[in-house]
Amino acid sequence: MNQDKLFVGTDVGASRTKVAVIDTARKLVGYAVRKSGTNFTATADACLKEALEMAGAGKERIAGAISTGYGRKNVSYAQQTRTEIGCHAKGCFLYFPMAITIIDIGGQDNKIIKLDENGQRTSFKMNRKCAAGTGAFLEEMSPRLDIPLEDMDGLARKSKDMVKLGSFCTVFSATEVLENIRNGKKVEDIVKGLFYSVIRRIIEMDSFTENVVMTGGVVEHNRYLVTMMEELIGRKILVPEHPQLTGAIGAALYALEADAVYRDA
Amino acid sequence: MTEEKKVVIKRLESAKVLGKFMADYYYELDNASKTGEKKVAWCTSVGPAEILRAMGFLVYFPETHSAMLGSSRMATDLIPKANAIGYSPDICSYLTADIGAYLEKVSPLAKVFKGIEGPPKPDVLVFNTNQCRDVQDWFAFYAKEYNVPIIGVHSFVGVQDVTEAHVKSVAKQMEEMIPTLEEVSGTKFDIDRLREAVALSRECSDLWKEVLDTAAAVPSPITFFDGTTLMGAAVVGRGTQKANDAYRVLLKELKERIERKEGALENERFRLYWEGMPVWGRLSAHAKLFASLDACVLASTYCNSWIFSALDPKDPFTSMARAYTELFIVRADAPKEKYIRDMIEFFKVDGIIYHDAKTCPNNSNCRYGMPQRLEKETGVPYLTINGDLNDLRLISDEQTKTNVEAFIEQLEERKAK
Ligand code: SF4
Repeated sequence: MNQDKLFVGTDVGASRTKVAVIDTARKLVGYAVRKSGTNFTATADACLKEALEMAGAGKERIAGAISTGYGRKNVSYAQQTRTEIGCHAKGCFLYFPMAITIIDIGGQDNKIIKLDENGQRTSFKMNRKCAAGTGAFLEEMSPRLDIPLEDMDGLARKSKDMVKLGSFCTVFSATEVLENIRNGKKVEDIVKGLFYSVIRRIIEMDSFTENVVMTGGVVEHNRYLVTMMEELIGRKILVPEHPQLTGAIGAALYALEADAVYRDA
Repeated sequence: MTEEKKVVIKRLESAKVLGKFMADYYYELDNASKTGEKKVAWCTSVGPAEILRAMGFLVYFPETHSAMLGSSRMATDLIPKANAIGYSPDICSYLTADIGAYLEKVSPLAKVFKGIEGPPKPDVLVFNTNQCRDVQDWFAFYAKEYNVPIIGVHSFVGVQDVTEAHVKSVAKQMEEMIPTLEEVSGTKFDIDRLREAVALSRECSDLWKEVLDTAAAVPSPITFFDGTTLMGAAVVGRGTQKANDAYRVLLKELKERIERKEGALENERFRLYWEGMPVWGRLSAHAKLFASLDACVLASTYCNSWIFSALDPKDPFTSMARAYTELFIVRADAPKEKYIRDMIEFFKVDGIIYHDAKTCPNNSNCRYGMPQRLEKETGVPYLTINGDLNDLRLISDEQTKTNVEAFIEQLEERKAK
């Protein structure tokens, strides 16, 4: 086995681009996350550079690169693409090798992926057309409440009397939020209500098996969502160390598996 | 950068024959409409067309016009016109697209067939609610606009087993249409002519079934996407000799492909079943998407819906009533599930794609737990894609693509095990 080899996974999401660099022992040695912006190719290049710097390695050590996500076809250095469904599954199974239900809350969509105890995918679902329940929903609401996105998690934790929002629809929810503001509700109670509605939308998507893993950028930055989900489903939820990176790590794992030298070793 | 795989979709030679059939069909209708030489009846796609033919009507099916509005991608701009006069964007987008086209005085027929401006004017409108209620409302709009009679059969829905009571009621309703049709056509009803039409229709149905059944071969010589255009003659031409002749040519070509072991795809790795309506505006995009993944979508409930094996010239009314009530769309979930289980087995299917068409609940069979139940029983995995038959505002191409690719990855992993 060649210990010098590195494998790169790039997950170009609608909102953020994530790059993960792993070694032959499947260890994460470098990573980077940036706003995807409008030039996916350039963003991916920049992320790769940053991740390699972190790994203290040069490009020549890259033995394989696979891209995934919304902009997966725009990654100049990737030899292959895989869907984000497959990559998230693979990335999660590395950390939790058991039968799991993965809930990924992304910037533009949610995914629920079920794996059996061998890591084989048994089903998956992506949310439907609406942004309800995704990161985009929280992004939409943050300016309306005039609070930065990064403050939401802290605020939601403070809530003592959560406001319940009833609507499926992002626009209708916004109207409900305004109404609650008018009625003098506390902002932390509204924010917790928003979190709750994200979770409701996800629970409606599918049933969960025993072990539930949560991933995605929204989970990375709003850990309180995990706590709330645990309360709602009544059991502990598993979260990998870097929940935003599971897709990129999965892509890197695919690259590693595709590497002939590694396979033959 | 990873390149998108270029795919070439193989064409069937005999598609030309069926294309010619459709052209002749529309020119004949157009001529009748302009000259008044023959009366024109509008009929729903699984309506009692045989009776109309027996009475000398030329039969026009607005649903095929709507499908053309969809495939020409005219529909999405026209639907809002119907929305604006009170037809909700949530109801059948065949209806809204067609009424929108009428309001705007545009038609895909005018683009395809030189000299034809649009649909032929009706002398009578005939529906069967076996497929949905929307058809009745749709035809009611035109009955007012053209000031012509509207008659129809009010069918049962969610039928578990087709009983004598169902059949009797529908047959009676069909018979009761005769006086109006005699009056409009000026022709006396003749049971022998009906027997003839039913016999031709049955023959068409048998031939069409034989065509679709060729997909059981490995590799399949035909795809669902081929089927959606080739079925035109089974929809509009059933009960005519010409349709049957066209299908004989097609059948011959498909059998030759089977003999040569030539598939519709270059490389058929997966065999899929399509449940639900096509996304007309994405027909070729979807054909290419699946072909690029070596996945052959080879059979469907949709194309099989124009098979009426119960038709029997000896007993025309009763057998028509049975044939048009036995249909998949009319049935409860249990018989529907049995139907799909049989299809999975017959066509050796690896996976099912359910199209949840926003504006047609009647053809979206994934809303009452059927995919989950069938997967449990058969072990054949499924994917649901959200979309619509005609309204492209309800479609996310990117999401469809990712879902389909991920589904094929899943099938690959299963095969690898
Ligand atoms: S079955 Fe569906 S698509 Fe066909 S007419 Fe009825 S609602 Fe429209």
